[in-house]
Amino acid sequence: MRGPGGGTEDLPTPRPGPSQDTHDSHDAAPGCASCALSTGGARLARLGLAPGRHDHVVALAGNPNTGKSTVFNALTGLRQHVGNWSGKTVARAEGGFTYGGARYRLVDLPGTYSLLSTSADEDVARDALLFGQPDVVVVVVDATRLERNLPLVLQIRQITGRVVVALNLVDEARRHGLTVDARHLTRELGVPVVPMAARRNEGIPDLLAAIAQVAGTEDAPAPLRLVHKDPALEEAVTELAGRVAGRFPGVPNARWVALRLLEGDPGIEAAVRDGTLGELATPATPVERAG
Amino acid sequence: MTLDEMPRDRRGVVTALDTRGAERRRLMDLGLLPGVSISAELRSPLGDPTAYEVRGTLVVLRGHQARTVHVELEDR
Ligand SMILES: Nc1nc2c(ncn2[C@@H]2O[C@H](COP(=O)(O)OP(=O)(O)OP(=O)(O)O)[C@@H](O)[C@H]2O)c(=O)[nH]1
Ligand SMILES: [Mg+2]
Repeated sequence: MRGPGGGTEDLPTPRPGPSQDTHDSHDAAPGCASCALSTGGARLARLGLAPGRHDHVVALAGNPNTGKSTVFNALTGLRQHVGNWSGKTVARAEGGFTYGGARYRLVDLPGTYSLLSTSADEDVARDALLFGQPDVVVVVVDATRLERNLPLVLQIRQITGRVVVALNLVDEARRHGLTVDARHLTRELGVPVVPMAARRNEGIPDLLAAIAQVAGTEDAPAPLRLVHKDPALEEAVTELAGRVAGRFPGVPNARWVALRLLEGDPGIEAAVRDGTLGELATPATPVERAG
Repeated sequence: MTLDEMPRDRRGVVTALDTRGAERRRLMDLGLLPGVSISAELRSPLGDPTAYEVRGTLVVLRGHQARTVHVELEDR
Protein backbone atom coordinates (compact mmCIF):
# COMPACT_ATOMS: atom_id res chain seq x y z
CA MET A 1 0.00 0.00 0.00
CA ARG A 2 2.53 2.51 -1.10
CA GLY A 3 0.63 5.75 -1.43
CA PRO A 4 1.21 8.06 -4.34
CA GLY A 5 2.73 10.46 -1.84
CA GLY A 6 3.45 14.09 -2.32
CA GLY A 7 0.76 15.36 0.02
CA THR A 8 1.83 17.26 3.07
CA GLU A 9 -0.62 15.28 5.16
CA ASP A 10 1.76 12.37 4.76
CA LEU A 11 4.54 14.12 6.61
CA PRO A 12 5.61 12.58 9.88
CA THR A 13 5.15 14.13 13.25
CA PRO A 14 8.55 14.46 14.86
CA ARG A 15 8.52 12.93 18.26
CA PRO A 16 11.60 13.14 20.39
CA GLY A 17 12.22 9.56 21.34
CA PRO A 18 12.74 8.28 24.82
CA SER A 19 16.46 8.47 24.18
CA GLN A 20 17.61 10.98 21.68
CA ASP A 21 21.13 10.98 22.98
CA THR A 22 23.38 10.85 20.01
CA HIS A 23 26.14 8.82 21.51
CA ASP A 24 26.43 5.31 22.65
CA SER A 25 24.80 5.36 26.02
CA HIS A 26 24.38 2.33 28.14
CA ASP A 27 21.86 3.95 30.39
CA ALA A 28 19.48 5.00 27.66
CA ALA A 29 16.99 2.22 28.07
CA PRO A 30 14.41 2.63 30.76
CA GLY A 31 14.11 -0.66 32.58
CA CYS A 32 10.96 -2.64 32.03
CA ALA A 33 10.40 -5.13 34.80
CA SER A 34 7.23 -6.51 33.28
CA CYS A 35 8.74 -6.94 29.85
CA ALA A 36 8.94 -10.50 28.67
CA LEU A 37 12.09 -9.34 26.94
CA SER A 38 13.74 -8.07 30.06
CA THR A 39 16.78 -10.30 29.75
CA GLY A 40 17.21 -9.77 26.04
CA GLY A 41 16.24 -6.20 26.76
CA ALA A 42 19.59 -5.40 28.29
CA ARG A 43 21.31 -6.58 25.20
CA LEU A 44 18.89 -4.88 22.87
CA ALA A 45 19.49 -1.70 24.86
CA ARG A 46 23.19 -1.97 24.22
CA LEU A 47 22.39 -2.35 20.55
CA GLY A 48 20.27 0.78 20.70
CA LEU A 49 17.08 -1.13 20.14
CA ALA A 50 15.69 -1.13 23.65
CA PRO A 51 12.06 -1.91 24.16
CA GLY A 52 10.23 1.28 24.89
CA ARG A 53 7.16 3.22 24.05
CA HIS A 54 7.02 2.58 20.36
CA ASP A 55 5.35 0.15 18.02
CA HIS A 56 8.11 -0.44 15.51
CA VAL A 57 11.90 -0.16 15.34
CA VAL A 58 13.37 1.08 12.07
CA ALA A 59 17.13 0.96 11.38
CA LEU A 60 18.85 3.21 8.83
CA ALA A 61 21.77 1.46 7.15
CA GLY A 62 23.89 2.08 4.07
CA ASN A 63 27.33 2.85 2.72
CA PRO A 64 29.20 5.83 4.22
CA ASN A 65 28.03 9.27 3.10
CA THR A 66 24.80 8.26 1.34
CA GLY A 67 22.54 10.57 3.37
CA LYS A 68 21.43 8.32 6.24
CA SER A 69 21.59 11.10 8.82
CA THR A 70 19.85 13.47 6.40
CA VAL A 71 16.98 10.98 6.12
CA PHE A 72 17.04 10.56 9.90
CA ASN A 73 16.74 14.32 10.38
CA ALA A 74 13.95 14.62 7.82
CA LEU A 75 11.92 11.93 9.60
CA THR A 76 12.54 12.91 13.20
CA GLY A 77 13.07 16.65 13.06
CA LEU A 78 16.26 16.10 15.04
CA ARG A 79 19.63 17.36 13.96
CA GLN A 80 22.17 14.65 13.54
CA HIS A 81 25.59 15.49 12.25
CA VAL A 82 25.57 15.79 8.47
CA GLY A 83 28.52 16.65 6.26
CA ASN A 84 30.12 15.73 3.01
CA TRP A 85 32.69 13.22 4.20
CA SER A 86 32.47 9.65 5.39
CA GLY A 87 32.38 8.36 8.92
CA LYS A 88 30.46 11.19 10.58
CA THR A 89 28.13 8.89 12.42
CA VAL A 90 30.26 6.63 14.59
CA ALA A 91 27.70 5.36 17.05
CA ARG A 92 23.98 4.93 16.86
CA ALA A 93 21.67 7.88 17.22
CA GLU A 94 18.02 7.43 18.00
CA GLY A 95 14.88 9.40 17.55
CA GLY A 96 11.23 8.82 16.99
CA PHE A 97 8.27 9.85 14.89
CA THR A 98 4.66 8.90 14.54
CA TYR A 99 3.00 8.03 11.27
CA GLY A 100 -0.43 6.67 10.53
CA GLY A 101 -1.14 6.40 14.25
CA ALA A 102 1.88 4.17 14.95
CA ARG A 103 4.96 5.20 16.90
CA TYR A 104 8.32 4.44 15.38
CA ARG A 105 11.75 4.45 16.88
CA LEU A 106 14.41 5.27 14.29
CA VAL A 107 18.05 4.27 14.69
CA ASP A 108 20.72 6.02 12.57
CA LEU A 109 23.70 3.70 12.05
CA PRO A 110 27.30 4.33 10.97
CA GLY A 111 28.00 3.76 7.29
CA THR A 112 29.25 0.35 6.24
CA TYR A 113 30.31 -1.29 3.00
CA SER A 114 29.71 -4.80 4.19
CA LEU A 115 28.34 -7.07 6.87
CA LEU A 116 31.21 -9.46 6.31
CA SER A 117 34.50 -7.75 7.05
CA THR A 118 34.09 -4.82 9.33
CA SER A 119 35.90 -2.04 11.12
CA ALA A 120 34.90 -0.95 14.63
CA ASP A 121 32.33 1.59 13.37
CA GLU A 122 30.97 -0.95 10.95
CA ASP A 123 30.56 -3.46 13.78
CA VAL A 124 28.04 -1.12 15.41
CA ALA A 125 25.93 -1.24 12.26
CA ARG A 126 26.34 -4.94 11.72
CA ASP A 127 25.45 -5.93 15.28
CA ALA A 128 22.35 -3.75 15.26
CA LEU A 129 21.18 -5.32 12.00
CA LEU A 130 22.05 -8.89 12.92
CA PHE A 131 21.12 -9.08 16.56
CA GLY A 132 18.77 -6.16 17.02
CA GLN A 133 16.19 -7.51 14.60
CA PRO A 134 14.61 -4.23 13.62
CA ASP A 135 11.10 -4.41 12.16
CA VAL A 136 12.27 -2.53 9.08
CA VAL A 137 15.76 -1.88 7.69
CA VAL A 138 15.91 1.17 5.46
CA VAL A 139 19.00 0.87 3.28
CA VAL A 140 19.95 4.32 2.02
CA VAL A 141 21.78 4.03 -1.30
CA ASP A 142 23.51 6.63 -3.48
CA ALA A 143 21.74 6.73 -6.86
CA THR A 144 24.95 8.01 -8.50
CA ARG A 145 26.99 5.02 -7.28
CA LEU A 146 24.62 2.08 -7.46
CA GLU A 147 27.28 -0.41 -8.43
CA ARG A 148 29.12 0.31 -5.19
CA ASN A 149 25.98 0.44 -3.06
CA LEU A 150 24.11 -2.66 -4.17
CA PRO A 151 26.39 -5.29 -2.62
CA LEU A 152 25.36 -4.16 0.88
CA VAL A 153 21.68 -4.24 -0.14
CA LEU A 154 22.12 -7.83 -1.26
CA GLN A 155 23.93 -8.74 1.95
CA ILE A 156 21.15 -7.26 4.04
CA ARG A 157 18.57 -9.03 1.89
CA GLN A 158 20.32 -12.27 2.80
CA ILE A 159 19.54 -11.74 6.45
CA THR A 160 16.07 -10.21 6.20
CA GLY A 161 13.21 -9.47 3.84
CA ARG A 162 12.00 -6.55 5.97
CA VAL A 163 13.84 -4.02 3.83
CA VAL A 164 13.04 -0.72 2.15
CA VAL A 165 15.62 0.73 -0.23
CA ALA A 166 15.81 4.53 -0.09
CA LEU A 167 17.27 5.44 -3.47
CA ASN A 168 18.72 8.76 -2.34
CA LEU A 169 20.49 11.58 -4.16
CA VAL A 170 18.33 11.27 -7.27
CA ASP A 171 18.80 15.05 -7.66
CA GLU A 172 22.55 14.48 -8.06
CA ALA A 173 21.87 11.61 -10.43
CA ARG A 174 19.60 13.84 -12.53
CA ARG A 175 22.35 16.46 -12.69
CA HIS A 176 24.63 13.81 -14.14
CA GLY A 177 21.96 12.76 -16.63
CA LEU A 178 21.32 9.47 -14.83
CA THR A 179 17.91 8.01 -14.22
CA VAL A 180 17.48 4.84 -12.22
CA ASP A 181 14.66 2.44 -13.02
CA ALA A 182 13.29 2.09 -9.49
CA ARG A 183 10.47 -0.24 -10.51
CA HIS A 184 12.88 -2.63 -12.13
CA LEU A 185 15.07 -2.55 -9.03
CA THR A 186 12.01 -3.22 -6.87
CA ARG A 187 11.29 -6.32 -8.92
CA GLU A 188 14.89 -7.52 -8.80
CA LEU A 189 15.31 -7.00 -5.08
CA GLY A 190 11.81 -8.02 -4.04
CA VAL A 191 11.44 -5.02 -1.73
CA PRO A 192 10.16 -1.45 -2.17
CA VAL A 193 12.66 0.99 -3.74
CA VAL A 194 11.78 4.65 -3.12
CA PRO A 195 13.52 7.33 -5.20
CA MET A 196 14.26 10.38 -3.10
CA ALA A 197 16.34 13.49 -2.46
CA ALA A 198 16.35 13.68 1.32
CA ARG A 199 18.10 17.03 1.49
CA ARG A 200 15.20 18.60 -0.42
CA ASN A 201 12.59 16.55 1.41
CA GLU A 202 11.69 14.89 -1.88
CA GLY A 203 10.25 11.39 -1.58
CA ILE A 204 9.80 11.42 2.19
CA PRO A 205 6.04 10.69 2.03
CA ASP A 206 6.67 7.67 -0.21
CA LEU A 207 9.42 6.47 2.11
CA LEU A 208 7.07 6.69 5.10
CA ALA A 209 4.36 4.76 3.27
CA ALA A 210 6.85 2.04 2.35
CA ILE A 211 8.17 1.82 5.93
CA ALA A 212 4.63 1.53 7.28
CA GLN A 213 3.80 -1.16 4.76
CA VAL A 214 6.82 -3.31 5.65
CA ALA A 215 6.42 -2.68 9.39
CA GLY A 216 2.79 -3.77 9.23
CA THR A 217 3.10 -6.82 7.02
CA GLU A 218 2.88 -10.33 8.35
CA ASP A 219 4.51 -11.87 5.33
CA ALA A 220 7.65 -10.01 4.40
CA PRO A 221 9.65 -11.65 1.62
CA ALA A 222 11.99 -14.43 2.78
CA PRO A 223 15.69 -13.62 3.07
CA LEU A 224 17.50 -14.12 -0.25
CA ARG A 225 19.00 -17.52 -0.45
CA LEU A 226 22.32 -18.01 -2.17
CA VAL A 227 22.71 -21.36 -3.82
CA HIS A 228 26.29 -22.46 -4.22
CA LYS A 229 27.48 -24.15 -7.34
CA ASP A 230 30.05 -26.16 -5.45
CA PRO A 231 28.12 -29.23 -4.25
CA ALA A 232 30.50 -29.84 -1.33
CA LEU A 233 30.03 -26.29 -0.07
CA GLU A 234 26.28 -26.48 -0.57
CA GLU A 235 26.16 -29.70 1.41
CA ALA A 236 28.27 -28.22 4.23
CA VAL A 237 26.09 -25.10 4.41
CA THR A 238 22.87 -27.10 4.45
CA GLU A 239 24.12 -29.44 7.15
CA LEU A 240 25.50 -26.71 9.39
CA ALA A 241 22.40 -24.56 8.86
CA GLY A 242 20.30 -27.46 10.08
CA ARG A 243 22.36 -27.66 13.25
CA VAL A 244 22.22 -23.89 13.80
CA ALA A 245 18.44 -23.98 13.41
CA GLY A 246 18.26 -26.90 15.83
CA ARG A 247 20.32 -25.14 18.45
CA PHE A 248 18.64 -21.74 17.98
CA PRO A 249 15.06 -22.41 16.89
CA GLY A 250 13.45 -19.48 15.13
CA VAL A 251 16.69 -17.94 13.86
CA PRO A 252 15.50 -16.48 10.56
CA ASN A 253 18.73 -16.81 8.60
CA ALA A 254 20.42 -20.03 9.62
CA ARG A 255 21.98 -20.47 6.18
CA TRP A 256 23.63 -17.10 6.36
CA VAL A 257 24.94 -17.87 9.84
CA ALA A 258 26.25 -21.23 8.62
CA LEU A 259 28.13 -19.59 5.77
CA ARG A 260 29.69 -17.08 8.14
CA LEU A 261 30.79 -19.87 10.45
CA LEU A 262 32.36 -21.73 7.54
CA GLU A 263 34.25 -18.56 6.64
CA GLY A 264 35.50 -18.32 10.22
CA ASP A 265 33.78 -15.03 11.02
CA PRO A 266 34.89 -14.27 14.61
CA GLY A 267 31.85 -12.10 15.47
CA ILE A 268 29.39 -14.81 14.48
CA GLU A 269 31.43 -17.50 16.22
CA ALA A 270 31.23 -15.47 19.42
CA ALA A 271 27.48 -14.98 19.01
CA VAL A 272 27.01 -18.74 18.70
CA ARG A 273 29.24 -19.45 21.72
CA ASP A 274 27.71 -16.92 24.09
CA GLY A 275 24.14 -17.54 22.91
CA THR A 276 23.56 -14.02 21.56
CA LEU A 277 22.39 -15.67 18.39
CA GLY A 278 19.40 -17.05 20.28
CA GLU A 279 18.07 -13.52 20.61
CA LEU A 280 17.52 -13.50 16.89
CA ALA A 281 14.68 -15.84 17.65
CA THR A 282 12.88 -13.32 19.84
CA PRO A 283 10.97 -10.44 18.32
CA ALA A 284 12.48 -6.98 18.73
CA THR A 285 9.06 -5.40 18.72
CA PRO A 286 8.39 -4.43 22.29
CA VAL A 287 5.88 -6.28 24.36
CA GLU A 288 4.74 -2.99 25.83
CA ARG A 289 2.71 -2.03 22.79
CA ALA A 290 0.47 0.93 22.30
CA GLY A 291 -3.12 -0.02 23.12
CA MET B 1 51.68 -5.67 -12.55
CA THR B 2 50.33 -5.10 -9.08
CA LEU B 3 48.42 -2.06 -7.88
CA ASP B 4 51.37 -0.54 -5.99
CA GLU B 5 53.32 -0.38 -9.28
CA MET B 6 50.56 1.30 -11.29
CA PRO B 7 51.55 4.78 -12.53
CA ARG B 8 49.47 7.63 -11.19
CA ASP B 9 48.30 8.95 -14.54
CA ARG B 10 46.85 5.64 -15.69
CA ARG B 11 43.82 3.49 -14.97
CA GLY B 12 43.88 -0.25 -14.58
CA VAL B 13 41.46 -3.14 -14.42
CA VAL B 14 41.65 -5.55 -11.51
CA THR B 15 42.45 -9.03 -12.80
CA ALA B 16 43.04 -11.04 -9.62
CA LEU B 17 43.44 -10.82 -5.87
CA ASP B 18 46.43 -12.78 -4.63
CA THR B 19 45.32 -13.17 -1.04
CA ARG B 20 42.91 -15.29 0.95
CA GLY B 21 40.63 -15.22 3.93
CA ALA B 22 39.79 -12.01 5.74
CA GLU B 23 42.19 -9.86 3.71
CA ARG B 24 40.59 -10.95 0.46
CA ARG B 25 37.11 -10.45 1.85
CA ARG B 26 37.93 -6.89 2.93
CA LEU B 27 39.33 -5.96 -0.49
CA MET B 28 36.24 -7.33 -2.20
CA ASP B 29 33.98 -5.48 0.23
CA LEU B 30 35.80 -2.26 -0.64
CA GLY B 31 34.88 -2.88 -4.28
CA LEU B 32 38.10 -4.42 -5.59
CA LEU B 33 36.65 -7.21 -7.68
CA PRO B 34 38.01 -8.68 -10.90
CA GLY B 35 36.90 -6.52 -13.85
CA VAL B 36 36.61 -3.30 -11.85
CA SER B 37 38.42 -0.17 -13.05
CA ILE B 38 40.79 1.55 -10.62
CA SER B 39 43.26 4.47 -10.50
CA ALA B 40 45.78 5.76 -7.97
CA GLU B 41 44.71 9.21 -6.81
CA LEU B 42 46.74 10.28 -3.81
CA ARG B 43 49.99 8.85 -2.59
CA SER B 44 51.36 9.72 0.80
CA PRO B 45 55.01 10.86 0.71
CA LEU B 46 56.40 7.37 1.15
CA GLY B 47 53.80 5.82 -1.13
CA ASP B 48 52.11 3.99 1.72
CA PRO B 49 49.21 4.25 2.19
CA THR B 50 47.74 5.24 -1.17
CA ALA B 51 44.19 6.34 -1.98
CA TYR B 52 42.64 4.72 -5.02
CA GLU B 53 39.48 5.64 -6.89
CA VAL B 54 37.25 2.63 -7.40
CA ARG B 55 33.51 2.57 -8.14
CA GLY B 56 33.17 6.28 -7.52
CA THR B 57 34.78 6.36 -4.07
CA LEU B 58 38.28 6.83 -2.67
CA VAL B 59 39.59 3.72 -0.93
CA VAL B 60 42.80 3.84 1.08
CA LEU B 61 45.07 0.80 0.90
CA ARG B 62 48.33 -0.10 2.58
CA GLY B 63 51.26 -1.18 0.45
CA HIS B 64 50.99 -4.79 1.55
CA GLN B 65 47.34 -4.83 0.43
CA ALA B 66 48.03 -3.11 -2.91
CA ARG B 67 50.74 -5.67 -3.68
CA THR B 68 48.14 -8.44 -3.66
CA VAL B 69 45.94 -6.75 -6.28
CA HIS B 70 46.85 -7.63 -9.86
CA VAL B 71 45.94 -5.09 -12.51
CA GLU B 72 46.19 -4.69 -16.27
CA LEU B 73 46.70 -1.14 -17.55
CA GLU B 74 43.77 0.26 -19.52
CA ASP B 75 44.45 1.81 -22.92
CA ARG B 76 44.85 5.54 -22.75
N1 LIG C 1 22.29 16.58 -3.36
C1 LIG C 1 21.91 15.89 -2.30
N2 LIG C 1 22.74 15.80 -1.25
C2 LIG C 1 22.33 15.07 -0.19
C3 LIG C 1 21.10 14.39 -0.16
N3 LIG C 1 21.01 13.72 1.01
C4 LIG C 1 22.13 13.98 1.69
N4 LIG C 1 22.94 14.79 0.97
C5 LIG C 1 24.26 15.30 1.36
O1 LIG C 1 25.14 14.18 1.41
C6 LIG C 1 26.13 14.38 2.42
C7 LIG C 1 26.13 13.23 3.37
O2 LIG C 1 24.93 13.21 4.14
P1 LIG C 1 24.82 12.49 5.57
O3 LIG C 1 23.37 12.49 5.91
O4 LIG C 1 25.77 13.04 6.53
O5 LIG C 1 25.29 11.02 5.17
P2 LIG C 1 25.48 9.73 6.11
O6 LIG C 1 25.07 8.58 5.27
O7 LIG C 1 24.76 9.92 7.39
O8 LIG C 1 27.04 9.71 6.31
P3 LIG C 1 27.92 8.86 7.41
O9 LIG C 1 27.25 8.97 8.73
O10 LIG C 1 29.25 9.53 7.37
O11 LIG C 1 27.97 7.47 6.86
C8 LIG C 1 25.76 15.71 3.07
O12 LIG C 1 26.55 16.73 2.46
C9 LIG C 1 24.30 15.88 2.75
O13 LIG C 1 23.89 17.24 2.75
C10 LIG C 1 20.23 14.51 -1.31
O14 LIG C 1 19.15 13.95 -1.39
N5 LIG C 1 20.71 15.26 -2.33
MG1 LIG D 1 25.47 9.77 9.33
